[in-house]
Formats: sequence, C-alpha cells, structure tokens
Amino acid sequence: MMGNTMSLVSAALKEGRVAPTELCQRCLSLIKSTKFLNAYITVAEETALKQAEESEKRYRRGQPLGVLDGIPIAVKDNFNTAGIETTCASNMLKGYISPYNATVVQKLLDQGAVLLGKTNLDEFAMGSGSTDGVFGPVRNPWSYSRQYKEKSVPKSHSEDKDSNWVITGGSSGGSAAAVSSFTCFAALGSDTGGSTRNPAAHCGVVGLKPTYGLISRHGLIPLVNSMDVPGILTRCVDDAAVVLGSLAGHDPKDSTTIQDNFKPFELSNLPDVSKLSIGIPKEYHAPGLSSEILALWSKAADLFKNAGAKVIEVSLPHTRYSIVCYHVLCTAEVASNMARFDGLEYGHRSDMNKSTESMYAATRREGFNDVVRGRILSGNYFMLKQNYENYFIKAQKVRRLIANDFVKVFGSGVDILLTPTTLSDAVPYTEFIKEDNRTRSAQDDILTQAANMAGLPAINVPTALSERGLPVGLQFIGRSFQEKQLLTVAKWFEKQVKFPTIQLEEVKRHDHGVFQHQKSASFL
Amino acid sequence: MSVSVLQYCSTTFAITLLAPWVPVVGLEIHAQISSNSKLFSGSQVQFAAPPNSLVSFFDASLPGTLPVLNRRCVEAAVMTGLALNCSINKKSLFDRKHYFYADLPAGYQITQQRVPIAVNGSLSYSLCIDNKMSQMVTKTVRIKQIQLEQDSGKSLHDDTRSQTLVDLNRAGVGLMEVVMEPDMCCGEEAAAAVRELQLILQTLGSSQAVMSEGQLRVDANVSVHHPGEPYGVRTEVKNINSIRFLAKAVDYEIQRQIKELESGRTILNETRAFDSKLGCTVPMRDKEGKQDYRFMPEPNLPPLILYDAKSLPANMNHQQVVNIDWIHERLPDLPSVKRAKLVERYGILPEHSFTLLNEDGLSEFFEDVIKQTQMKPKKVIGWILKDLLSYLKKHSLTVKESPVSSFLLADLLNRLEEKEISSTAAKQVFAELWKGEGKTPLEIVKEKKLQLIQDQKDLEQICQTVMAIKAGNRKVLNKLIGLVQRETQGRSNPVLVKQLLEKKLSE
Repeated sequence: MMGNTMSLVSAALKEGRVAPTELCQRCLSLIKSTKFLNAYITVAEETALKQAEESEKRYRRGQPLGVLDGIPIAVKDNFNTAGIETTCASNMLKGYISPYNATVVQKLLDQGAVLLGKTNLDEFAMGSGSTDGVFGPVRNPWSYSRQYKEKSVPKSHSEDKDSNWVITGGSSGGSAAAVSSFTCFAALGSDTGGSTRNPAAHCGVVGLKPTYGLISRHGLIPLVNSMDVPGILTRCVDDAAVVLGSLAGHDPKDSTTIQDNFKPFELSNLPDVSKLSIGIPKEYHAPGLSSEILALWSKAADLFKNAGAKVIEVSLPHTRYSIVCYHVLCTAEVASNMARFDGLEYGHRSDMNKSTESMYAATRREGFNDVVRGRILSGNYFMLKQNYENYFIKAQKVRRLIANDFVKVFGSGVDILLTPTTLSDAVPYTEFIKEDNRTRSAQDDILTQAANMAGLPAINVPTALSERGLPVGLQFIGRSFQEKQLLTVAKWFEKQVKFPTIQLEEVKRHDHGVFQHQKSASFL
Repeated sequence: MSVSVLQYCSTTFAITLLAPWVPVVGLEIHAQISSNSKLFSGSQVQFAAPPNSLVSFFDASLPGTLPVLNRRCVEAAVMTGLALNCSINKKSLFDRKHYFYADLPAGYQITQQRVPIAVNGSLSYSLCIDNKMSQMVTKTVRIKQIQLEQDSGKSLHDDTRSQTLVDLNRAGVGLMEVVMEPDMCCGEEAAAAVRELQLILQTLGSSQAVMSEGQLRVDANVSVHHPGEPYGVRTEVKNINSIRFLAKAVDYEIQRQIKELESGRTILNETRAFDSKLGCTVPMRDKEGKQDYRFMPEPNLPPLILYDAKSLPANMNHQQVVNIDWIHERLPDLPSVKRAKLVERYGILPEHSFTLLNEDGLSEFFEDVIKQTQMKPKKVIGWILKDLLSYLKKHSLTVKESPVSSFLLADLLNRLEEKEISSTAAKQVFAELWKGEGKTPLEIVKEKKLQLIQDQKDLEQICQTVMAIKAGNRKVLNKLIGLVQRETQGRSNPVLVKQLLEKKLSE
C-alpha cells in the first residue's frame, strides 16, 4: 500500500479498502521509523490526524472532495502553513508560525489532502544538496536500499551506514526523500534553479517544475521571485498531473500568475510519441557529465527514435552562460528579499540593543548561515549604482538570450527537449561537503537552471539505477504552458523505462504489500 | 522672520547689482492618494487610527506575501497626470528602493524609478506682484514625472527610554510623487505652485492633500548660482508642513546660501530641516549616511499596462483595465477653468476668482448665494470676500463651519437689494447672524428696528425739522437728536451729537 502511487491509493480510499486515518497513521509511523533520513523538520501529527478524521467522515458520507481527499502529503518548509511552524531551515525563522496558508497549501487542504508535515531543505532553499539547513542534512533513502547496499562495498566494517550515505540533492531534498521513502504520496517542493528536479533525480521520483506563472507563489518564501515555481514531487507522472491540476491557475494574490483559467487534464493511457520532434541540446553534454548518464541519455533518445519520433540535435548556445548569469540575478534578488528579516516584525531578534542598526546587524549575523550571508553580500555588490549596469543589466540581457534560444528551438518545430537532469548520481555526503555550497550549486544546477531562466516547464523522470545502485533521471523541457504535452511524453517514457521500486527495510517492516508491485525488468 | 517673501526677492535683486545670484528652486511633492485601501494591499487607509490597527500581512512584510496593485491608485495617478498635462506612459514599471529603517518593514520601498506612470507635464500658477492682488502674473513650472510608490510607516523615537516605536498604519499607503523641475526662484513661487497643485488634487479627489495631516509633503531643492554659470550645489529642505512655511523655508535657504557663498564658504549637498519655530533651516542628523538605494526591478509586479480607446483590447474584462481616454473624458473642471468660468459668468475680477477658489467651499458658497438672490454678482462678491471671509479668518473657521449659511446671507442681501434696510444696517444684521442664534434676518431687523424709513410723512417731517433748524428754529434740534438716538439705539452721547448737529447745520 505505502509504495503505491497516489492514484491507486485514491482508488483504495474510494472503495473503502483503506481508511484515511489508517493511511495517515501508517505514514506517521513510517515517518518515525525513517526519522534518521531527516526528511521532515516538523511533523504535524495532531492536525494531520484531525484532517484524516474529517476526510474519513466525508468518505463515510460518500462525499469525498476529490482524488486528493485523504491523501497524505508533505510540504517543503519554505511554504507558509497556518498554525504549523515555517522555518526555511534557518535560525532566522525557527519557531515562526505563519498566520496564513500559502495558496498551494490552501488548495491542497481545500481538496481534502492530509498535511503530514514540513520537509527539510537547504537554508532558504539556497543549495543543491539539502545539506545546508540549520536542522542538518537530509539523507537519501536510497542509501539504505537493498539496491545500493548490494552494490556499494563498505570500505571497512567499522564504517556503518553512517559514512556511506548519499545526499538527496536539493534544495527540496526533504520532499524528495519523503516521497521516495513512502512517508507521503506527494510533496511540494520549490524550483528556482533545479531545486525540485535535482533531488527528484537523486531520489528516484518524478519532479515537475511547471511553467512560471501557472502556479501561485503566494506564501512561498521567495528565493528568486522571477524564477521561483512551486514544484511537484510524486511517484509517477500521472500523479504529478493530478497535483498540477489541483494547484494550477490564476491567483488574485499573485499578480504573476496567468489570467486564463487552467483546465486540469488526464493523461492518455496509451501516450503516443510517434509524431513528436524531440530535441537533444548538444550543450547539455556538459563537462563532468558521467559516462553512465551520457549512455542513458542516448539510449533514451534511441527509444524515441524507435517509437517513430523525430530526434534531432539542437543548439542552445547561450546555456553555457546560464550559471554565471544566474549567480548575479539570484544573489541580487536574494539580497533584496532577505532585507525584510530585520528582527523587528517576526523571526529571530538579537539581544543586542545598542542601536537599531546594531540590532539589525546582530540579528542577521545570528539568523542567517554563511551561504545566505554570502549571497546577500554579492547581491548587494551587483546592485550598487556603479555595478548595476555591468552586472545586473548584463545578466538580464543574457537571460533574455538564454530564453530566446529556447524560443528559436521550439519555433523550429521541436516539441520537447530531452536532457540529463544531473551530471552524475548522488554522491556520498562526505564527498559532497568537500566543496563549498557555491561551487556545488554552480555544478549541480547546470542542467536544470536554464529552464528557470526561460520560465519553461520541465520534469525529471526517474530512468534507471546507476552502477552504484542509485537513481538516475532524465529531464524533459517543454514549451510554455504546454504541460499536457510535456507530461504525456514523460508518461510514455516512464512506461518504457520501468524504473525499479526502492527496496527499503523500514518500509518492508511496515508494509508487506510493497514489493508485490515491483517491476521485474528495468531499463539498464 | 515675519518679513514678506517679496522683500526677500527684492533684496536678492539689490545684491544682483554687485554680485548677481540666481536662486533655483525645485520641488518634490508626495501626495497621499485618497483611496479606501493601500497601494498593494487590502488594508484600509485612515488618518489617526489606533496604532498598527490597519496592517495586513503584506504591510508587515510577512515572508511569502506579494503585492497586488490597487486599481484606484492607478486611476488617481492617471487623473493627476492628465490634469498636469503629462504624457501618460502606457507601460510603466515598478522598482525596489532599498534601505534599512524601522518603519520600512520589507527593507525596500516599491516605487517607479525607471519608467514612472506619467512624465513631461506642466503646471501653471499665478501669484501677485508686490502683494497687490490686482497685479497677478501667471507662471509655469515643468513637471518632470509622477510616480506611484508606497508610503512608509511612522517611527516614534523615545530618546529618554532609548526606544523606537513603530506604527505601520501608514506603511504601504499609495503615494504620488510629483517631481517639479527647478523652474522657480523664490519661496512665494514655490508656495503658489504647491497651492495650485493642492487645489488640483482636491478638485480631482486624487488626494485630500491636507498638509497638516501629512497627505501632502513637500521637499524643496534649493541652490543659487551666478547667471551664465552652472547651477550651484543644492540642499534639500525637508520637514515643511504648511504652504506658509514652504515660502519661509525656501527664502531663508536662499539667503543662507548667498550669505555662505559671499563669505567665501561652500554649500554642502545636504538635507536640511525647516525649524518653523526659529524660522530657519538646520542640517538634519543624516539618518542613513550616504545611501546607495540599490534599485532593482520589482519582480512580483508585471509591467503596468494602461490602455486608451484605440489600444483597448475588445475581449478584455473592463474591470481589469484602466482606460486613459475614459478617465480623460470624466475629468472635472480644474481650478484654472473654474476661475475663468467665474470671471466670465459673474463678471467678477480675476483676482477675486483666486480668492474664491483658495478657500475650500467658498466658490460654491458664492454661487449658492447668487442662486438665491437678485443682487448682482459683482455686489455679492464684496459681501463674500469682505464680510464673510474676514469673519471666517478672524474666527479661524472654514466655509463649512460658517454660522451664516448661504441661504441666510442671500436672504439678507435680498432685503438690502429691496431697500428694506440700509447697507449699514445690513452689516449690523450680518454681525447678529454670525452669533448663530438661529434668528432670521427679518427677525433681527424687526428686533433691532433697523428698517429703512420709507414712510413719506416720517421723512417729510424729518426734512422739515432740518429745514426749520436751518431757518433758525433751534428748538427742533432736540427732535433731531432723538432721531440720532433712535438710529444708534441710544448709544450716542447726546452732548456730542448736539455739538455735531449744530456744526453740520451751520455749514
């Protein structure tokens, strides 16, 4: 049951094979037994059970609110949740209880979803490992899978499971780990440079970054307003389409959302890709791309070719400037967005009371980690009057060029782009922290970031296990607001690759039924 | 410091002969938009509400909140732009201006730095020369731009307890910043320009523009230079909270700069505050030091797009769009037009039309009286300006607070016009009416026996008496004294009256 897709569980709820409270209890106890993953910052046990009870009443009356009614979900801890702490994994907001729900959270609750808790992240979503939050790093559930354990040779006996574990990627690592370890059926992440797709790839789940403006950002604590998008993490593409349908559309509280109504869609069970044109952007053959992933990528291209699709190499020449351009735009907005954390209205306030200015300084020094402070510093540098033209304006122009590359490619008849999501599979934590956050972010965002620059929808589809037994995903990038086409292609691909289910001891103990759905054949 | 503005101007002129100085004055005016809710949030706008009672999550900058533009504020800015002959930008942008201050919760103000909503306008204003109402000149100041922006909250510094109290009620209220080019040269010009702007805003209803309530805030940029040379270093004078103080502050600053320069010192590019008690400007404790505001586009607001009849998309929801032409067609008469109409319609003097418009509600009062009386407008205006207005001024009352309504005044003037009472008596009746005891002019006339003596026999008798005296009959003099006593209600000194009469009659 726990390893099922949301759609299957939804059917089970509807048919009465499982009750919402039972489902909620099971998730809660699984959260407890997988606590070592550090996927959740806050578990809202009490309110979750209350919500499950309400859901149960609706099912008993035969009036469930829809497919999401009674479905346990988790939300990244940078979305505001009324009554439940919202920390952004930062000392600055430790203990902060928001008085309002983010629009996406409200929409999920309105449709009967059960909010289990808030998931871990890099502080203020600044990172690509989910290792830089004040509550500690998130551990990738695959570190504890039979698949990984069998393939990774422990260096010595003394090195137990505490030295070999791999990172989840980030910054929505908590949400990815939560979905991957079966503690919830869907989770919200956020995606500014790849923060949903990157951990999705490392944790073997579907990670959808919708078109900018399709989903409301109201209540999402911003990283880069002009690139942030609420992300959706699920076990399969169909589930992502369902969640998307429940969240998308205009929000009067977010002026950057589309004005038109969004029509939720269902994906065909027999998706057809034969008439499609799939573009392979050559620039994504980036330095540092593992040979394993490269091989997987070209195999995937062949799959499409064999299915009758046109597969052509395309060029996005400005993508290589994406990271440096992002660095300027991101830090500038960060510097601006973080200005509100001054200790006056909410959040941490230093005891320093010599003057308002010294209180600000101490509050911000105590409240933010080095990564956040570093980005604030460089962002303010780029925005100085004498630097603005040379950095910010230039970066904006480069951003336009990057976006235009996509426009040209899609204008030439290409429907979907196929790329790797990450350069390699997840690295062990001990490896990861050898480089600083800035270097890591620059490396890890390289394949995902351009989609944010251009505001395009993109999705990670788990594709295969690496030689080390870790998940590897590929990314599809679609045209603006063409989520249906994008998800259709993703679903077709998902069906072809038959990504294996994670085999977790913890889950096995909780749910005997989990392995019966295991796929026999896998892609590699 | 009670020296008049123009004396300053002439002093400047006197110095000119030796070393000419040209003062240059530009203004930055913040007008609070009159709207029910704030610029980017749904919180109510209200003056003097309990502290922090009008604060939304957005106003307090709670993380995750986003700005949503208030359509009413946009319309107010468009109206104001049109009234000031600006070109309205069909696409304008919002920017963030960063600085840390306790009453700026987000750490930045949303404003329009790059592309404001209205640009390149002009404002004509009139002022009198040598304080003579009859010598009015009209001048024009260019309007550089009008930008929409958020107001900040209010900080109250308690120095004894070394704490700062913050009230966010005002935080996020919509402002129009009107930037006037440095086309003025003295305090009186600046004051006249601001007064005209204030009248325009009040006529449009785009701002209540009451300076004492902070709805209109004026900063003056002042510099002096020699003709033919580049502008001098300018100072910015803040903390000016009335139009009268604006004139004083500007003139003081001009004189101060001239004195400084002539004693070989230099002018610092600084912010100075006007001290209304001392009547001078003093350097402000620079609360932020040299600031780099690190402007950045506001990423949460798409460009503000305005339409006109031509560009209006057919399928657009009309609630969603602001149509410039629609607003243009509905602009009310501006003060200059109102004045011209008053002059034309009622044959009054142009300077009287200024006075009528300068007092809130006075021109309406005037027109109401006209409607209810047969008296010629030219005569009515005298009553309005000499009597009503001076009483109002003397008692510091507004037109609305006048105890004499337009109805009562019209009634009184009708009696005067029909010669029921003399003009002297009418003034007496007016004085009685001012007491606000609820009496009608007729009641007062009767009570005080102020009727004009119309009876032929009475008058004949009086005349005969006079003739008799002239003929040498001194006995009837007492009768005449009696008449004077009646006229003065017995308050005249009989001995003095007798002496006067005797003198007059013997002429």
